[in-house]
Amino acid sequence: MPDGTPQGQEGDKIETTVRAVLASMAGDLTAKESALLAELEGLGRTIARAKAEIAALKVEDIRDAHIPSATDELDAIVDHTAHATNEILDCCETLEQLQSGISGESAEKLQGAVTRIYEACSFQDITGQRIGKVVTALKAIESRISAVVSAASGMVSANSAPEAAAAGAANPQNDKRTEGEKLANGPQLPGSGVSQSEIDRLLASFD
Amino acid sequence: MDKNINVLIVDDYRTMLRIIRNLLKQLEFNNVDEAVDGQEALAKLRAGNFGLVISDWNMAPMTGLDLLKEVRADQRLKNMPFIMITAESKTENVVAAKQAGVSNYIVKPFNAETLREKIEKVLVHA
Repeated sequence: MPDGTPQGQEGDKIETTVRAVLASMAGDLTAKESALLAELEGLGRTIARAKAEIAALKVEDIRDAHIPSATDELDAIVDHTAHATNEILDCCETLEQLQSGISGESAEKLQGAVTRIYEACSFQDITGQRIGKVVTALKAIESRISAVVSAASGMVSANSAPEAAAAGAANPQNDKRTEGEKLANGPQLPGSGVSQSEIDRLLASFD
Repeated sequence: MDKNINVLIVDDYRTMLRIIRNLLKQLEFNNVDEAVDGQEALAKLRAGNFGLVISDWNMAPMTGLDLLKEVRADQRLKNMPFIMITAESKTENVVAAKQAGVSNYIVKPFNAETLREKIEKVLVHA
């Protein structure tokens, strides 16, 4: 709707116009032409309904409430797991201090257990990066929804900016990121990345 | 292998810095300093006297790969042993790091034995 007419009015206008045309031509139309006009009328209604449904998406709610709420919740998960991980690390450091007071097999077992806890605590880094990827995906969805609604309502607004930015980033000549930034994909899903032993073999192949 | 060298660990997750620091302590590396991104790391490397860098990849404003390139381009730092510890596990990442001059590459999550083995390997060849 390039003229910016509200969608309800637009739908009404289409229907009224089609009905008026049909009424004025009723006596002159063949059966085939009548069927064609009826199809056009139906098409007009479908378009008006689709526009109304897109408008009902309330993109402002998605942009201003749902997405920020979801990202805040995810940030809170990262904060809580970081806090819990640091508590665990505090306990490990206490255990290591106590370890100096014991000896032999018990000391070795304690050391081994603490090492395993340190290794396991690196989950917080991996989950944090995975959640960061989800937040990026949510923001991309928000941007796409804004663009679809803008296109459907015929408005060229600031909502188009993310689309333009995305188009710019997609063009290698406009991509100002460093090689390190371009290759920063974060953790891969199981089976998607290479294992440590595969990395070792790959590095050895350069020697 | 000299365990009295100064080690710089670089990661934007403070928890990860703490984990690596504690694992290094278990390996008897006690002279450990930290940085939270490539820029801070580069400033510390240029100002200090380090014998090993252990860096994450995915950081802002300077990534680990970009830090590695800066280190290799610096006349004083160019031979610095540099281990990448990262969740980046695509072949293209490993190849890019190797081409930039990485000494070794550890994928997260990793274990203490892998860390010990890679440190030993790069310091013996340093």
